[in-house]
Amino acid sequence: MSEKYIKTVKIISFCIALILMIMAGRAFYEHRYFKGAIVLSPGVTEVKKLSDYFSPLEGTANDCNIYILDSGNPGGTVMVLGGTHPEEPGANLAAQVLVENAQLEKGRLIVVIWANRSASTVSRPGDAYPQFYHISTDWGVKKFRMGDRWANPLDSWPDPEVYVNYPSRQLLAYMDIRNLNRTWPGKADGALVERTCYAFIELIKEEKVGLFIDLHEAELEYPVISTIVANQNAQEIAAMVSMILTAFEFKRPIGMEFSPPSLHGLSHREVGDYSDALSLLFEAPEPFLDRVRGITDEHLLLTGKDPFVMKAGEYGLLYEKIDEEGWPIDVRVGRHCSTILQSVQTYSEMYPDKVVAISKVPRYAEVIENGVGHYFYDPDEAPTDRVVYE
Amino acid sequence: MTTINLVIMIIYHIISVFVVFVLIWSIIKTKDVQEAILYCIILIPFTLRVFHIK
Repeated sequence: MSEKYIKTVKIISFCIALILMIMAGRAFYEHRYFKGAIVLSPGVTEVKKLSDYFSPLEGTANDCNIYILDSGNPGGTVMVLGGTHPEEPGANLAAQVLVENAQLEKGRLIVVIWANRSASTVSRPGDAYPQFYHISTDWGVKKFRMGDRWANPLDSWPDPEVYVNYPSRQLLAYMDIRNLNRTWPGKADGALVERTCYAFIELIKEEKVGLFIDLHEAELEYPVISTIVANQNAQEIAAMVSMILTAFEFKRPIGMEFSPPSLHGLSHREVGDYSDALSLLFEAPEPFLDRVRGITDEHLLLTGKDPFVMKAGEYGLLYEKIDEEGWPIDVRVGRHCSTILQSVQTYSEMYPDKVVAISKVPRYAEVIENGVGHYFYDPDEAPTDRVVYE
Repeated sequence: MTTINLVIMIIYHIISVFVVFVLIWSIIKTKDVQEAILYCIILIPFTLRVFHIK
């Protein structure tokens, strides 16, 4: 081969690599720095940052917004956490429905949409995860960022050989040091996600949160699904809520489970043990997460319809039913909305001195009838001081 | 722990920059076309790491 030929091939190869680099880099950059608009409901009285409760988090990827809805009337305080695992969109969408719609008649509501913001800045290209998903609204299509289960390694790296939860010293998988639901109650001088949990515990104590709710979705192959996991301090509320919702509201039942006392790092265990808050965790079914799923795309994420997952169900390999209707995002968000509202109502009935009364939040049937997009508002039409980006 | 992580992260980036430099140098020096193409492909993830994009 002549020198000239080799040089030409080298230049062409380098140019192709450069183009691929720019295309990939641009896609990753756009995803990492995407800012979604949130239109604040009239009920939102203050937007704080997590670093207001623990200053070392300032300027980090996990310095998320804290939305406070204060009725101005005496009562209790409820906190709802979305985005613990940003690959579970039903959770952050339900939290955003609260921020854009809820109004408080009594007590206070604190909402977090992206608890592990860093995990929302990375997806799983190797598993064919889409970078974004789109929800139809009354005014157009709203774009949301799809995330991962673990914080972005760009923000927290390297991982240890084995993650040792603090202070329980329970051994967990190495990458769970970046998993917000394995690092409770947090560590002030730990890795990013441990510090994030520490900050949330500080928030819970400072704001005197009485009821803490962590929103999740799970694969149908996972036994903890369609359920409320309760710390022993909240088991009466969970039992009552699951009975009421199963009897009167949901097409498919929602169960209730006890938080295992020896399983550490999870919010339903540690928030209840390390603060005065009653701690609950909600799980809705998300077929997108099942390992036996077929084509992995935005359609599956939003419709929850998958023939391979259905086939697994026919063989009795699943812990939740699935049929041709799938598990659409409206159903999943609707279940979370109703479970939140019913839990708050039951909490208020059990603790009359800590009443929290929420209005304007849709329940299960309304979300299914109108679609979740109906409850997101046009940021271009809202006053600029009522729109925040996260 | 945070400080150790930061130090490792910085060392990792210095190594990544070094690898990028070595790859570009190898692309220029090699007389084998297949090797040149291979180095170009390997260059992509390392460059994205150097720029803190992926």
